[in-house]
Amino acid sequence: MLARARLMFRSTAVRLSALYILLFALCAAFLVIYVTAMSERLLAQQTRQSLQEEVQEIQRAYERGGVSLLLRMMERRARQPGANLYVIAGPNGEMLAGNVAAVQPGVLDEQGWTDIPFTYEPYTEVDRRGRHLATANVIRLDNGLRLLVGRDLGDPSRFRGIVRRALMVALAIMGVGALVIWFGIGRNALKRIDRMSAASQKIMAGDLSQRLPVGKSGDEFDRLSDSLNAMLGRIEKLNEGLRQVSDNIAHDLKTPLTRLRNKAADALGEDRADVRRAALEGIIAESDQLIRTFNALLMISRVEAGSIAAEMSDVDLSAISADSAELYEPAAEEAGLSLTTELEPGLVVTGNRELIGQAIFNLLDNAIKYASEGSQTPKIGVKLARSDGTLRLSVCDNGPGIPANKRGEVTKRFFRLDESRSKPGTGLGLSLVEAVMELHGGSLEFSATDETNAAAPGLTVTMVFPVPKP
Amino acid sequence: METDTRYSAGTADSRSAKTGADAIVPHMKILVIEDDLEAAAYMTKAFREAGIVVDHASDGESGLFMGTENSYDVMVIDRMLPRRDGLSVISELRKRGVNAPVLILSALGQVDDRVTGLRAGGDDYLPKPYAFSELLARVEVLGRRKGTPEQDMVYRVGDLELDRLSHEVKRAGKEVLLQPREFRLLEYLMKNAGQVVTRTMLLENVWDYHFDPQTNVIDVHVSRLRSKIEKDFEKPLLKTIRGAGYMIKDEG
Repeated sequence: MLARARLMFRSTAVRLSALYILLFALCAAFLVIYVTAMSERLLAQQTRQSLQEEVQEIQRAYERGGVSLLLRMMERRARQPGANLYVIAGPNGEMLAGNVAAVQPGVLDEQGWTDIPFTYEPYTEVDRRGRHLATANVIRLDNGLRLLVGRDLGDPSRFRGIVRRALMVALAIMGVGALVIWFGIGRNALKRIDRMSAASQKIMAGDLSQRLPVGKSGDEFDRLSDSLNAMLGRIEKLNEGLRQVSDNIAHDLKTPLTRLRNKAADALGEDRADVRRAALEGIIAESDQLIRTFNALLMISRVEAGSIAAEMSDVDLSAISADSAELYEPAAEEAGLSLTTELEPGLVVTGNRELIGQAIFNLLDNAIKYASEGSQTPKIGVKLARSDGTLRLSVCDNGPGIPANKRGEVTKRFFRLDESRSKPGTGLGLSLVEAVMELHGGSLEFSATDETNAAAPGLTVTMVFPVPKP
Repeated sequence: METDTRYSAGTADSRSAKTGADAIVPHMKILVIEDDLEAAAYMTKAFREAGIVVDHASDGESGLFMGTENSYDVMVIDRMLPRRDGLSVISELRKRGVNAPVLILSALGQVDDRVTGLRAGGDDYLPKPYAFSELLARVEVLGRRKGTPEQDMVYRVGDLELDRLSHEVKRAGKEVLLQPREFRLLEYLMKNAGQVVTRTMLLENVWDYHFDPQTNVIDVHVSRLRSKIEKDFEKPLLKTIRGAGYMIKDEG
């Protein structure tokens, strides 16, 4: 129970409500003090008003009947219960008459309203040396006498006591209310967070298919769970991809490594210098191919991780396409095929020139490799056109093409249509192209170049780029 | 096609030592800053067999010290180094007025490694893993760079002549007609006459794309160029260096 309470105190909800309570308490204290001050002022005003009336009455009596009437009137009034304070003093401040034993020195020297409450000593409490607070009006009569009419303000601590009690009560009520709400919210939040932690524990233990519970209310917790779940989905997919890749790497690198090892063993057992040399050269060629494969793999993962690292700028897609066609034209010619281009000029995308270039080169590599297989008059083409808010860059050939049901797989790492793997290549070319397109927010489409030609439908690979916003 | 044994193996083959003696760049002295001792030992041995004097530092601080204290023709600097990062070594060297060309080796997994490396003051960049022949070719070209005046208007190799201003190419006084790209290809080869240039270097400098061409695209361009400049002549100038690249050279 204690541990639970301690845990609860550490929860955010509880800390937040504590903060709210503090704020409320400060507001309440301010309110109470303000109201107290206001009512004190109102009270003082009323007191002054009634005192003023009395002073006027007394002044009028003095004008009518002189000092004797004044004294009689005051005596009569002083005897009434709950009476006001009355003092008549001489011109030098010596007290001549009244119902007060002593007043704070100096009060009688000022004329008009006393600025601050002053202390006085009533007759009844002379022995107890009680001090009372009062406010008063002091006037001077024309014969030099001073007349004080005042009112007791009561015990000064009593009023403060009332204010303090009011504050205490308000705070106590707030505290209890807050505790109740606090407990409710904190417990609810704690429970939901506990459920989330439990789910994360399972995920940490390796069960990536676990998802966090999502409630129906769509509040912050649900939204958090939702986005965490989306994140988990992405991680699961990436993880799956990673596992597949490492499986593939292990599998696909074993063959060349075995070959490498065999060639090395052959070279070791060979006495003739020229044969040995040939074997060593074979080893180097094999290693170079391995390095190439590793570089391609690295490149793909760089691109896949590269949304932050790759520098994007405006690149002239038309120029890159023309460059690529120009670069590959001699190779195509040597392979006995013709390369045609159909490029709309001046088309620009936001991207990375190097990566787009490499993607096109990969597509051209493939096109040259496969076009010569299918047709008597092999040809390949590069097309670039604007269409429906996208830029479409296609590389096509009239080779054997890819059966529609295999088109989804060709971008997988190490996937090769040709099971025997007799054609040179790493099986990574299209994976890179797809990664590059993903980086550019585009997509990769596969279609047949000529559906009607069953023998050699050919393949058209289209890189679809989004048109940059102006 | 002759082959140059220094490159064909790209290894510490003892036979390469004798060709190292008539190395194209005599007594080039380089500094290798590399913390992987095995890779460094291999590199040092292979560079020495190619006739290059090698100093080695295994961390950033001592590399910086050696690079500042001694004078080198080329420095090969790994990006990830203990005690001081490779890029910081380069910028500090540059700050101290060391102008020797720097080649950056990197295994970092970022697309724009090359760009950041060159911005820090590097002159060339080679991602790991690489073939040693590629590294050697680049180091030799970098080491020779200061000896090749950029302002030379005419390049000559044997009886082959290339005028950079008028874009005219003549062999034995007879004009050879080249496509613009073929001209740039020949220009780059002749600028580095007597040095091996790799396919990757050609793709970088002639087409301005920085990666390893996987197929024979570059070879076909080179063989077209070769047929144009050598068709009617007996003496070959443009040689294929097996396992490495190409070299234009007048054997005399």
